[in-house]
Amino acid sequence: MKKDLKNKIALIIAVLLLCLWGIFGDLKGLSGNAFLAAISNRIHLGLDLQGGAHLILQVQVADAVNAETDNSVQEIQQDLKKANLGYSQVTKPDPNKPDVIRIEGVSAAQSDAVNSLLTGNKYANEYELSGGSDTPFVLTMKPVYETDLDKRTVDEAIETIRDRVDALGVSEPLIQEYGLGANEVLVELPGVSDLDEVKSIIKATARLEIHAVEGGPFPTEEAARQSVNGVVPPDQEILTSSGDLAGTGGTAYYLLQRVSVVAGSDFRSAQPGVNSNTGQRTVNFTLTNEAGDKFWDFTSANVGKDMAVVMGGSVRSVAVIKNPIRDQGLIEGSFSQAEVMELSKLLRTGALPASLNYIEASTVGATLGADSIREGVTAAVVGILVVIVFMLVYYKGSGINADLALILNLIILLGIMGLSSWLSNLSGGGGFTLTLTLPGIAGVILTIGMGVDSNVLIFERIREEIRAGKAASAAVDQGFGRAWITIVDTHVTTIVSAAILFMFGTGPVKGFATTLTVGLLANLFTAVFVSRVIFDAHLNNLKPGEMVSI
Amino acid sequence: MEFFRNPSVNWLGWKWYFLAFSLIFSVAGLVKMSWNWKHIGSPVPLGVDFRGGTQLDVKFTNPPDINAIRHAVEAAGVKDASIQNFGEAVNHEVLISLPEETNEQALDAGRQQIESALQAHYNNYFNPNSGVKVDVVGPTVGQQLKTKATQAVLFSMAGMLVYLWFRFQLIYGVAAVVACFHDTLITVGAFALTGREISLTVIAAILTLVGYSMNDTIVVFDRIRENLRLSRREQLPDLVNRSINQTLSRTVLTSGLTFLTVLSLFVFGGQVLNGFSFALVVGILIGTYSSIAVAAPMLVAWQEWRAGKGKTATLPAARKSRA
Repeated sequence: MKKDLKNKIALIIAVLLLCLWGIFGDLKGLSGNAFLAAISNRIHLGLDLQGGAHLILQVQVADAVNAETDNSVQEIQQDLKKANLGYSQVTKPDPNKPDVIRIEGVSAAQSDAVNSLLTGNKYANEYELSGGSDTPFVLTMKPVYETDLDKRTVDEAIETIRDRVDALGVSEPLIQEYGLGANEVLVELPGVSDLDEVKSIIKATARLEIHAVEGGPFPTEEAARQSVNGVVPPDQEILTSSGDLAGTGGTAYYLLQRVSVVAGSDFRSAQPGVNSNTGQRTVNFTLTNEAGDKFWDFTSANVGKDMAVVMGGSVRSVAVIKNPIRDQGLIEGSFSQAEVMELSKLLRTGALPASLNYIEASTVGATLGADSIREGVTAAVVGILVVIVFMLVYYKGSGINADLALILNLIILLGIMGLSSWLSNLSGGGGFTLTLTLPGIAGVILTIGMGVDSNVLIFERIREEIRAGKAASAAVDQGFGRAWITIVDTHVTTIVSAAILFMFGTGPVKGFATTLTVGLLANLFTAVFVSRVIFDAHLNNLKPGEMVSI
Repeated sequence: MEFFRNPSVNWLGWKWYFLAFSLIFSVAGLVKMSWNWKHIGSPVPLGVDFRGGTQLDVKFTNPPDINAIRHAVEAAGVKDASIQNFGEAVNHEVLISLPEETNEQALDAGRQQIESALQAHYNNYFNPNSGVKVDVVGPTVGQQLKTKATQAVLFSMAGMLVYLWFRFQLIYGVAAVVACFHDTLITVGAFALTGREISLTVIAAILTLVGYSMNDTIVVFDRIRENLRLSRREQLPDLVNRSINQTLSRTVLTSGLTFLTVLSLFVFGGQVLNGFSFALVVGILIGTYSSIAVAAPMLVAWQEWRAGKGKTATLPAARKSRA
């Protein structure tokens, strides 16, 4: 019996030490400040306590679908030409349905050939074909493919955002898909308080594209329109230029092919440079192999014509195609140093595959976060003191038992939180970190209240047994035995509530759910196992016939 | 020291008073909720995370002058902002809210206008980097959150019912769920009556108190079931009274201790958690009350109704026996 007891005590002390280490880590000293620094190193605070920015973005996946079908339109045109099949136009008839492509003007004789081209491997994966013979061919993107494309777009957006955020130098940013809605991304940046700066950095769609120039520069939009007799053809668009281009000094309008030749992810790398002859700043880029082929085709066919570099929807540079270019080229223009660096960086980190809308944006200033910590901790300390005093007064000697169990409960709770973040750091940010949020502090306070309830249940039972005449150790035995099921019941119901909250809740509420759950689980250990051990140790020291103080 | 040495109160004798008490508060709450529905569009005022909109919480270094702030904000072109003091006076915090908009750009524009107005007039009196808390919530997110919150509450209730059905017989489960429903209704009514906002953290508090009220009811039911097994001859109302009396000490103590801790949270925990702690303060009191005043009488009433129809007059006792 004694040996058994010694083992149990050893176990408890081991757990205590482990959790203390979890909370404080390696202490640098014994001053109050050292303690505080150690804790804040270990315990991971939520945004509402440490301050930071919280954003929810919605990825406009329709943009990606648009880009994909635009690409396909080009390819279809090229393929049809290569196969010498005639057509009048390949378009996307409805701007609200970016996943539909229509091919018109195919002669009856060639209809079969076109059909087999369009149902060939290249397109069959992505599109369903309908129409033919008398009606225009219609390619509709398959829903399965579209869903997959949507998911890929969101994943790419997350990666790109991560790159951009890394450049901000934020420690421990959180970027992940947001469960509540479709195609939503959650971005949490601790310590960042300037919403506008963050938003503009993340959102810079700077989709860099190269378009063929059909006409321009025009001084006004009207003039641009006049050049095509008032109606802009569906495969062209009018864009403005920014910065000073071609000496216009203001805004010039260009008529461009709507579909880009190369864009975004076609650029493999980009470096800022300077043209030694003109002294103008340049961006020297290389394209991927595939894109290189496309670019070669385009530039070979258009020597002497202009091509425009479009960034973020406006024309940044226009150049004459002097020779066919394969995959290395440069964009030259009157860029500032900052613009050239920015452009290169954006090209390197890739353009966002689709545009982003902000549907929620919040920041918490660090001072307000600190206020919350102070208020929460005050409430916790008052709560603990009240409970400790009450237990001492009401249960006398056994009250000490309950209080020790309570304090150990808290240490274990905080220790587990600290250990989880230490483990997470070890595995390089993977794994699950328990975060302390403001509702989480409330969860700690609730754990105190509910935790000590377990002790009350046991002690009341013990009192009943003593009143019924049992001896000390039998009373203690019965007390623990018979209260056990009720304790489990109460813990299970609350933990189930917490689990549901965790599933349906957002950040701060999740923090509450995890803190409460961990606290209650720790309570099962302290209120039952540890309390029992303390009782046993005390019983060993009792003289025969003496009763426990309760 | 002991509070209740040997209580022997006739709890069931008070059932009509209990019913009246519950009815008064439930009806009062319901009335205010329907009034709210007509005037503000929802049964209780909703927090910004549910209704959408813009909210800025600014901490000034000196006591803020609400009127001056209002002038500054209006001069910047923001007409219908609501501006009020937030929390303890010593915190110098002001809450500026803009109503919901149909799209996120408009919300953001409002935020920027307010921020620049404040910076223009009060630049030395608050720290725009660390002393401001901003929430801009678009309509889509608010709607999603409302749906999720409702689902969470419904799942919780359903889960409880299933759990109790396992542990006890169906009638116990129904009685406990009715008690929980009663608690939720009165707590939400309290929010309506005091004009407090319900945010996601408040929903978390409500789910927690549902769990807690369930606990409390289970403690009483456990004892009733144990006594039923031990004494088959006793009249049900007497047995239920005895069970409640036997568990009274434990019930009052556990609820009391938890109540003291959430009271500490309510008093010291700050304004951000105020709704949360209010829900728990009210909820724990009502949850304890309902186990005695709603769940237990319901059991007895059901049994008497069945007896009146000539069916067997005992409550189902043992589903799982406890050693």
